[in-house]
Amino acid sequence: MNNNDCVLRVEDIHKSFGGKEVLRGITFDVRRGETKVFIGPSGTGKSTLLRCINQLTLPDRGRVWLDGEEVTNSGARINYFRQKIGMVFQNFYLFDHLTAVRNVELALLKVRGMGKAEAREKALIELRQVGMEDWADHYPAELSGGQAQRVSIARALAMDPDVILFDEPTSALDPELTREVLEVMKRLAREGMTMLVVTHEMGFACSVANEVLFMENGVVAEQGAPDLLLRDPRFTRMKDFIGRLDDRPGD
Amino acid sequence: MDVLSILIDWFPYLLSGVTVTIGLVIAALGIGIILGLPMAIGQVYGSRPVRSLIGVYVWFFRGLPILVLLFLFWFGIFPGIGLGHLPAFIVGAVVLGLRGAAYQSQIFRGGIQSVGEGQMIAARSLGMSRLTAIRSVILPQAMRIALPGWSNEYPNILTDSAVCYAIGVAELLTLASRIVAQTNVMMPIYLATAGIFIILNYGGLKILHGLERRVEIPGFGTGAV
Amino acid sequence: MDQATFLFDILLPALMEGLVITLQLIVCSAPFGLALGVAVATGRQYGGRIISPLCKGFVYLIKGTPLLLLLFILYFGLPSIGITFSAFVASVIGFILCNGAYNSEYIRGALMSIKDGQMIAAQALGMTRSQAIKSVILPQALRRAIPGLSNEFIYLIKYSSLAYMITVIELSGAGKLVATKYFTYTESFAVVGIVYLALVSITTVAVNILEKQLAVPGTVRATAAVQL
Repeated sequence: MNNNDCVLRVEDIHKSFGGKEVLRGITFDVRRGETKVFIGPSGTGKSTLLRCINQLTLPDRGRVWLDGEEVTNSGARINYFRQKIGMVFQNFYLFDHLTAVRNVELALLKVRGMGKAEAREKALIELRQVGMEDWADHYPAELSGGQAQRVSIARALAMDPDVILFDEPTSALDPELTREVLEVMKRLAREGMTMLVVTHEMGFACSVANEVLFMENGVVAEQGAPDLLLRDPRFTRMKDFIGRLDDRPGD
Repeated sequence: MDVLSILIDWFPYLLSGVTVTIGLVIAALGIGIILGLPMAIGQVYGSRPVRSLIGVYVWFFRGLPILVLLFLFWFGIFPGIGLGHLPAFIVGAVVLGLRGAAYQSQIFRGGIQSVGEGQMIAARSLGMSRLTAIRSVILPQAMRIALPGWSNEYPNILTDSAVCYAIGVAELLTLASRIVAQTNVMMPIYLATAGIFIILNYGGLKILHGLERRVEIPGFGTGAV
Repeated sequence: MDQATFLFDILLPALMEGLVITLQLIVCSAPFGLALGVAVATGRQYGGRIISPLCKGFVYLIKGTPLLLLLFILYFGLPSIGITFSAFVASVIGFILCNGAYNSEYIRGALMSIKDGQMIAAQALGMTRSQAIKSVILPQALRRAIPGLSNEFIYLIKYSSLAYMITVIELSGAGKLVATKYFTYTESFAVVGIVYLALVSITTVAVNILEKQLAVPGTVRATAAVQL
């Protein structure tokens, strides 16, 4: 369990909403530097799974460990764990009353207790990482979707997390804007960030994922390295799903 | 006697009532925020007993006429708890403040509830405690949303301050009636008083609208996520 | 004497007499306040270059002046220029003016929220502007204005108490007289308060029921019309 290589361990997560069981026993490990991509039909609980990991949603059953420490049932210490687990949301959830740079530095100031100058400097560095340093003083309402999402990635990065959870990061974006966000994510993956990504973007999955997990009916139905999954005739359900994705008109 | 010269002679006296009126208004707005904001936070984030308690407070102070509240506190409650010696101004200010808090808490509550739930989610995902999230993310947005509604409280408090006449506070209306009693000149004094109230009303609103513009944020308040 | 005797033999009878006066004040003021509100709102919205500013000015004047001052002008001031009203009538006039002005703001907001297409369609059918306003616009606008109008009605219930300041012995005045005579301030005003709270709460419930009854099928409100 205390394997130095294993950053995140998720064990037997169950979650029901109003009688319907959305997650029916999810278990997996994530090693440092790995990128795992979750795909599957909508409503199969993929987003819920991510939120169970940082306890934004409390699972009915199951446990989560970060670097050997238990995240579930940690009481007030959850705030400490959330600093080390970054999250990027489908709808960005940028703080609307703050400029881009202040969005990135807020948690540094209030949670990490950094000094103003130090926080500002780090925030600008992260914005530069995602290519948004020229927009530092702009408000979220002035940014395009792709720009806003990149800022929110910078905000998550600023906390120097051990792992970042991406919850359908490009689903709310127009196709043209999707690309700029995926480029940032690909670079992060190649530079060794540990990432869990829920997405429909198969191109992304194939280029940087170490493993693709196909979720259906609340469980991981099929999983494996991306090229293996696509070529091996055994993984029929996943291929069906991907095939259906490709059939969407206008894609 | 020439009405105009009476007006001019008594005008400074009348204006001194303006200071008291403004004092009542500031007290009401101040106490209104100091009590109303925590109440709003309690109603949105608090436990059931807390919410019920605040609900009862709001129901009580909004359901009673201001006149009855003033009588109740001035003749009954304050003397009853040994504070009968306090001047009417203090009692008036307290009553207007408590009542203001009841109304304003609902305005702030509306503002807080208008802030998209994603804001709290994002804040907590960064490791902020609930309190820090409320203070640094929710409230700055909620207050901006609530500002127009809160500004609308100002005229109400201003006109309510005149009811403090009933307990003898030396505010504008009280002084006007004293002048009328003394000089037997009625309509000109009353109309002049009305004029002063109207100026105070719209002057104050102008200041508040200016404040709204100063704290404006580009694009904010239009479909925040 | 003990509490019970005081309460039932002295306070409550006096308060009931006062309550009757309060109810009379409200019943006399409300309908005319509503009518005035409709008139001023439509005048401001659809009136010409003379009527519209007049209505606007009326609303600004009334909203900017304390009701109590208005009552003083009507009861104490006007006699000095030859117009005398009884205390009751002066109160009712004051309430009608105040209620009407605030009502007109809610109705005006509702009028502005009615889509232009409604007026255009009505006129296309050959209706004059006034017919369109009366049969198409107002019925919709008044429904939308119910939450605001009922809020104002509740305010009317409460500021009817100001009639006491110009010698009308309504509910709160009755309470004060008893309190002063028997030195039972807190108790008397507490009971007066309870009666007002009851009045206001009953009205709130009644209004919510009314709104549901009058609602056009298909239009849903997220929350109750009046929340106290």
